[in-house]
Amino acid sequence: MTAFEAWWPYLFIVIAGWLATDLWRWLGVLAGNRLKEGSELLNWVRAVATALVAGVIARLVLFPTGVLEQSPLWLRIGAVVVGGLAFFLGRQKPVIGIATAVAVLAAGLYALGF
Amino acid sequence: MNDGQTIGSTRAWFLAGMRGIFSLPAAILMLSFVGFCAYTVQAGIPVAEVVFMTGIVWALPAKVILVSSIVSNANLATAFIAVTLSSIRLMPMVAALVPEIRTAKTPTWLLLALSHFVAITAWVFAMDRLQTVPRERRIAFFAGFGITLVATNMVLVGVMYHFVAEFPPLVAGCLFFLTPVYFLTSIWNSARHPVVYAALAAGLVTGPVVYWFAPEFDILAAGLGGGTLAWLAERNWRQRKGRHA
Repeated sequence: MTAFEAWWPYLFIVIAGWLATDLWRWLGVLAGNRLKEGSELLNWVRAVATALVAGVIARLVLFPTGVLEQSPLWLRIGAVVVGGLAFFLGRQKPVIGIATAVAVLAAGLYALGF
Repeated sequence: MNDGQTIGSTRAWFLAGMRGIFSLPAAILMLSFVGFCAYTVQAGIPVAEVVFMTGIVWALPAKVILVSSIVSNANLATAFIAVTLSSIRLMPMVAALVPEIRTAKTPTWLLLALSHFVAITAWVFAMDRLQTVPRERRIAFFAGFGITLVATNMVLVGVMYHFVAEFPPLVAGCLFFLTPVYFLTSIWNSARHPVVYAALAAGLVTGPVVYWFAPEFDILAAGLGGGTLAWLAERNWRQRKGRHA
C-alpha cells in the first residue's frame, strides 16, 4: 500500500467531512458577530435556528430510521402527546416528559411484539 | 470584593461545563454514538477513521451521511455536497449562539475555534444552561462542556467499536426516541423569547409538509420558511400589542 492509499481515507474525511461542516460553523460565527442583542435580525436568526431543529425533531418522530420505521405512526405521535401532557402537568420538568414519552412508546412496542 | 470572587474563576466555570458530561443530554448523545458505532462496524470503516471523524466532523447527522457516501463509493465532490447540504443548519445555530456567549472583548479566533463544538445536542444544552452562567464566563463554560463531550465520545467510539452488538429492537427503538423528546422539552424550557415557541411550532408543521413533496429539503424549508413565518407572526403580534398598550 502506498502512502497515498493509506492517507486517502483521512484526506477524504477532512475535505468531505470537516471542511463541509466547519465551513458553516465559521460563517455562523462571522454572521453572529454582527448581530446585536435585542435586534430584529437576531430574532429572525433565532427563529430560523429553532425551526431548523424543530424540523429535525419532526423528521425523527414522523419518518424515523431503523427499528422505529416499522412501528405505527399513531404510537409515536401518541407517545409524544402523552409525554407532552405529563411535561405540562409535572411543572415542566424535562425528565417527567421524556420518561413518560419513552415509557408509552416502550409499552406500545412491547404490546405490538417488538 | 473583586469580580473574580463574585462570578467565580474561569477555571471553576470550565470545570462546571465539564460536569455537563453527567447530564441527561450528554447521556442521550453518548447512546446515539454507540448506535453510530454499530453502523460503522457494519459499514466496515476502520476504528481509527471512526475516532478521527468523531473528533473532526462531530455533527452526528453529517457523519452518518459521510459514512454512507464512503460505503456507496461516492466521489469526493458528491460526498462533500451531500455532507455540506446537511450542515447548513449549523450556520444559524452558531449565529444565534454567538451573541449569547461573547463579550465585547472576546476575540473572533476563539469563537471560530469553539464553533467546532457546536452540534445539535451541544447547542440545545448551551442555549438552555448558559442563562445561569455569568456572561464573562460563558465562553469557559461552553468550552469545558464542548471539549469534554467531543473527547469523551471519541474514547467511547474507540472502545465500543470492539464490543458493539445489536441492541434488542425494543431498546434500540426507545434509545432512538430519546433524542427528539429531549430536544422538544429542552427547547420549550429554555425559550426566553416568544419567537422561539412560534418557531418550534412552525418548524414542526413545515418540515413534514415539505417532506411530502421534497424530502431532501424538509429541514432547510422548515428552518427558512417556518422560521421566517414564525418571526413575522410574532413581530406582528408584538407590534400590535405595543400599539394597544
